[in-house]
Amino acid sequence: MQHGLSFDIAHMLAGGLVLVSFMMLYQDRLYALLHVLALHALVLALAVAWQAHIQHAPHLYITAALALGFKAMLIPWALRRIVFRLGIHREIETVVGIGVTMLAGIGLVALSLEVMLPVTAHADPVSREDIALALSVVLIGLLIMVTRRNAVSQVVGFLSLENGVNLAATGAQGMPLVVEISVAFSILIAFIVIGIFLFRIRERFDTVDLQALDRFRGERPE
Amino acid sequence: MNELGVILVPLAAAALLSAIPGYRISARLNVLASLISLLFAISLLFDRPDSNQYLMVDDLNIVFILLNTFVGFTTSAFSASYIAHELETGRLTARYLRFYHAMFQLMLFGMNLALIANNIGLMWVAVELATLTTVVMVGIYRTHEAIEAAWKYFILGSVGIALALFGTILVYLAARPVIGEGMDAMVWTNLRAGAHAFDPALLNIAFIFLLLGYGTKVGLAPMHAWLPDAHAEGPTPISAVLSGLLLNVALYALLRFKILLADNTAAIAPGPLMIGLGLLSLIFAAFMLYRRRDIKRMFAYSSIEHMGIIVFSFGMAGPFGNFAGLLQMTMHSLTKSAIFFAVGHVAQVKGTQRIAEMGGLTETHPVLGWTLVAGVVAIAGLPPFGVFTSEFLVVSSTFAREPLLALLVVFGLLVSFGALLLRVTSVAFGEPRGPTGPVQASYLPIFAHLALVLIAGIWLPGPLVTWFLHVAAMLG
Repeated sequence: MQHGLSFDIAHMLAGGLVLVSFMMLYQDRLYALLHVLALHALVLALAVAWQAHIQHAPHLYITAALALGFKAMLIPWALRRIVFRLGIHREIETVVGIGVTMLAGIGLVALSLEVMLPVTAHADPVSREDIALALSVVLIGLLIMVTRRNAVSQVVGFLSLENGVNLAATGAQGMPLVVEISVAFSILIAFIVIGIFLFRIRERFDTVDLQALDRFRGERPE
Repeated sequence: MNELGVILVPLAAAALLSAIPGYRISARLNVLASLISLLFAISLLFDRPDSNQYLMVDDLNIVFILLNTFVGFTTSAFSASYIAHELETGRLTARYLRFYHAMFQLMLFGMNLALIANNIGLMWVAVELATLTTVVMVGIYRTHEAIEAAWKYFILGSVGIALALFGTILVYLAARPVIGEGMDAMVWTNLRAGAHAFDPALLNIAFIFLLLGYGTKVGLAPMHAWLPDAHAEGPTPISAVLSGLLLNVALYALLRFKILLADNTAAIAPGPLMIGLGLLSLIFAAFMLYRRRDIKRMFAYSSIEHMGIIVFSFGMAGPFGNFAGLLQMTMHSLTKSAIFFAVGHVAQVKGTQRIAEMGGLTETHPVLGWTLVAGVVAIAGLPPFGVFTSEFLVVSSTFAREPLLALLVVFGLLVSFGALLLRVTSVAFGEPRGPTGPVQASYLPIFAHLALVLIAGIWLPGPLVTWFLHVAAMLG
């Protein structure tokens, strides 16, 4: 019975992450999107902490703390400052309509469950559903990246994708080494994005909209 | 201990170079550090260390490590003559050069670590490190184009790398029931030993993710979009390293996992997937070569084409397919980096990378012009160069088994051949166009590469053939 409850909580948190991914899909304002990103990381932190508890793996608490401190607080805050300081358009331009994106998201979740559940039939039940849900988060992260035009919302898509991979890594029981390092690297990535690219892009352009960057392609006939 | 030298020397050099302000000293130190790494790599041939949980040296990765440190060394020598000019024209400042040299060594560290790692987690981290350092290097000129290229590379590269990590996690999940929990299930030598008992379905999905993830870094179509921009906009030494080395590192990661799948008879055969992506890249890139206006961009597409051939050949597998793939990879690394060295000097003389604004190079700069012609002849797969030998092997071994596929390969090769010759004639011959100032080039790295390719085209040493055949058998 004890086991049943702890599994249910693990699945609820992983499912919550998928749900928050869906919330990202229908945001049309950058600030709101950043709030959802913070929520996403918060749910991840809870999910990882719960895994640390049920797997008796104290080192996973470090991962959870990093997710809470960096991903849920520092990075959304820093992105918010960038948006504010650079005066980026507060509205998110999407490539396709929100309804279509949501439907595509549902399709992706169905796909990942369909693909992963039969395959992981022999794995232990915690990893099994966690991996399937983590794949959904990864795929929705990709969907966000391809359906958004602004650089900032693409970074948000990437960060949510990374969260999905982190969920998978912590869900795989006893996975060594990678947890800590992958978290360290996602921080590094975030720093590189924020520190170098956005500021550099700002130095040269008035917008962080990638379509504006397209104009400078070397291949266009002049 | 010598295996540590290959990774610790670049790391220490990176730390040292980040502290040295003068660019003349740091350029020389850069060359020296790369030379020491190369010597350590050569010593691996004679004194092979035992593998442990993190590092290992076997017949497969020693080919890659030697190639990596050798091209790293020649590139650092080329870079020393190249960047002085960039400083004069003001495209880079002394501060950026310091950064550049430190990053160069850090990148070599990442690549060597990825090649020597015996742990799929560590390998992933190393590939990510190499990617991040090259992203920063691509954007170093801070022009519109460079920033766009670096951004695109960063986004696509990170997505690829995230997918590869997901694949790595799935491999761990497949290995856990067989090998047991913890570090052991991430060690490649253990994985190899237990691969036959892994859950095939899990391994299949893992390989799809790894193929998409690392395949992005290999530059396979349709995930290649970052590659031409990154090659065209970064400093030329970085273009040479990207084409000659980084693509190989990602390919190496893919090959490691392919071996696992080959050992598991119930899993899907990785061959058809690799053949499909390889052919697609080859034919797509061959046609894309025709409409290129930028010379570095053109050779970037040529890299996609060659990676397509190489992946195709490894996909065909069997002793001949793998042998041809290995040879083609080695030849491509040497030739393509030599071409980029030459192109770098050409672009510096002409002050542009646009093909339309250069011409008559063999008249104004005979040595540089003819070197470039020789390089293009080599990469187009004409005898007597080594690329001819390897492409001939790819085609003939395919003909023996799948004549239809061989026809497609030949078609792709001919299409790209036409494009390359068309462009090189307009650059090398005809009326001189553009500035004709003197060139301060270091020809030694270019000549060294082309000489090796020429020798390989005429005569492959017996021990090398036996060694490559042995590796080919290992690749399954």
